[in-house]
Amino acid sequence: MNNHEKWVAFYTILRREIRRFMRIWPQTLLPPVITMVLYFVIFGQLIGSRIGTMSGLPYIQFVAPGLIMMSVITNSYSNVVSSFFGSKFQKNIEELLVSPVPNWIILLGYIAGGMCRGLGVGILVTLLALYFTSFGIHSIPVTIAIVLMTSLMFSIAGLINAIFASNFDDISIIPTFVLTPLTYLGGVFYSINLLGDFWRDVSMFNPILYMVNAFRFGISGITDINIIWSFSMVGLASVVLFLFALHLLEKGSRLRS
Amino acid sequence: METPALSIHNLTKVYEDSFKALESISLNVKKGDFFALLGPNGAGKSTTIGIICSLVRKTEGKVSIFQYDVDTDFSTAKHLIGVVPQEFNFNQFEKPIDILVTQAGYFGITSDIASKRAEKYLKQLGLWEKRNDFSRNLSGGMKRRLMIARALIHEPKLLILDEPTAGVDIELRRSMWNFLTEINKSGTTIILTTHYLEEAESLCRNIAIIDHGKIIENTSMKSLLKKLDKETFVFDLAQEISVCPKIKGYSITLSDQNQLEVEIPKSESLNGLFAEFSKQKLSIVSMRNKTNRLEELFIGMVEKNLESEKIRDE
Ligand SMILES: Nc1ncnc2c1ncn2[C@@H]1O[C@H](COP(=O)(O)OP(=O)(O)OP(=O)(O)O)[C@@H](O)[C@H]1O
Ligand SMILES: [Mg+2]
Repeated sequence: MNNHEKWVAFYTILRREIRRFMRIWPQTLLPPVITMVLYFVIFGQLIGSRIGTMSGLPYIQFVAPGLIMMSVITNSYSNVVSSFFGSKFQKNIEELLVSPVPNWIILLGYIAGGMCRGLGVGILVTLLALYFTSFGIHSIPVTIAIVLMTSLMFSIAGLINAIFASNFDDISIIPTFVLTPLTYLGGVFYSINLLGDFWRDVSMFNPILYMVNAFRFGISGITDINIIWSFSMVGLASVVLFLFALHLLEKGSRLRS
Repeated sequence: METPALSIHNLTKVYEDSFKALESISLNVKKGDFFALLGPNGAGKSTTIGIICSLVRKTEGKVSIFQYDVDTDFSTAKHLIGVVPQEFNFNQFEKPIDILVTQAGYFGITSDIASKRAEKYLKQLGLWEKRNDFSRNLSGGMKRRLMIARALIHEPKLLILDEPTAGVDIELRRSMWNFLTEINKSGTTIILTTHYLEEAESLCRNIAIIDHGKIIENTSMKSLLKKLDKETFVFDLAQEISVCPKIKGYSITLSDQNQLEVEIPKSESLNGLFAEFSKQKLSIVSMRNKTNRLEELFIGMVEKNLESEKIRDE
């Protein structure tokens, strides 16, 4: 394949991915919006007004960046995991496997699809947040960079999950038992400075904490941790996960019998 | 010698559960050929096809398409192959037109060219009216044709069809045969597997029979049919009889009160048989082949192979 053909193949995968989540928008776009409205109403307005401030910010302004990040993470991840596993399950992944598309293009195509959904939902949720409260942007580059990198990382992770999955339970185990707890404990709803030393140290092992804090720094300039760590961690993890996913595709494990 | 469209050399496949599906098979398919790969269920046909189009990883051996190795020249090789798998493997929630344009995109074909080609093949295969339906709502025969259109969208030189006419009605089967014959005439090499031996006999020029992961016959259809040393005919009688007639040189069974089955050796003529019938005052109302000619050969061969396997196992 020459470069133009590779580009066409990449674009084809991306177009198909976007078409998929747009077609089933009541399953892909609507639920995160509804959940986020509830979060904003309950944590932001009802309870938030009694909490007062957190790290010097009105509570709703404190949670908003975390909630945006949370929807980017879950939507990037679940788009790739369900789309890729779905095509394994229906066997239409074979359409790609018999074609000359190189594995790294397949990988990039699915990642780009996951990022489109993750970022798309992120934008929707941001608009919602702006309806409930108002905030400016402290640093545009930091905000954009961290949200792109986070979306990238979780899209790759979703693909790896889908490659290993052999039934529908396998694609909900990680989101339910790993992703959700890590997000809830990842500084979305509270500053880790509220925790005792021990739990604060434990929290430092939670990668989502770094992403949420970097994003909150981008928006409001407030963070619990040094954002250099955030970028190094997300960057490194993305590279490692990308290479691992590529290795799995090259080996054809669980895809070619 | 001309470049073969497909060349398989000492191909072996051992599945992960250590089941040996193919045992060192070798096969050449000539450019422009219409080739039948026959064999009973579980013989290893789909495994072979899976390896050719890289859905199945081979354990050992070499496969090349127009001399492009499927491992080292995989991009060129894949451009040359179109495959119609045995099982439906498209996204049931997508529309036929999208499935085709997407598949073309995987081959680097832009969507304007792909849309034109999709229209051409959907029309030729009688699916144009259904282009915007959910493909899961197509009938079984339509789904098969959709997969044929999908396999042709990048205009491959070698088309491989794994039981393309399974579950397709007679009329449609004939129109599919015509379609495939046309494609073959225009220069595409075709390999197909089928369980309808009539189909192989009327379409294919060369044939390989595979059984228990081994090729037990690989020859031209003509020379294979020549091997047939006897044929069984069924005769319907005008009257009912209770005693089976005896005629020298033929083995006869009374399958019903007014039906005879006669095995006729190649050396004997039908005239002789009819003369005997007249002598014995048996009047015949109709006659037909008991089975397709190829079927008789096929069953004979597979049974022989089974016996030799048994002997080896014991
Ligand atoms: N993924 C797999 N893992 C283990 N064994 C397999 C696998 N796929 C096929 N086999 C075995 O390999 C043998 C050959 O299967 P294959 O599908 O190639 O047969 P076939 O000739 O296409 O049969 P059919 O006419 O029924 O389609 C069978 O015994 C089958 O059970
Ligand atoms: Mg088969």
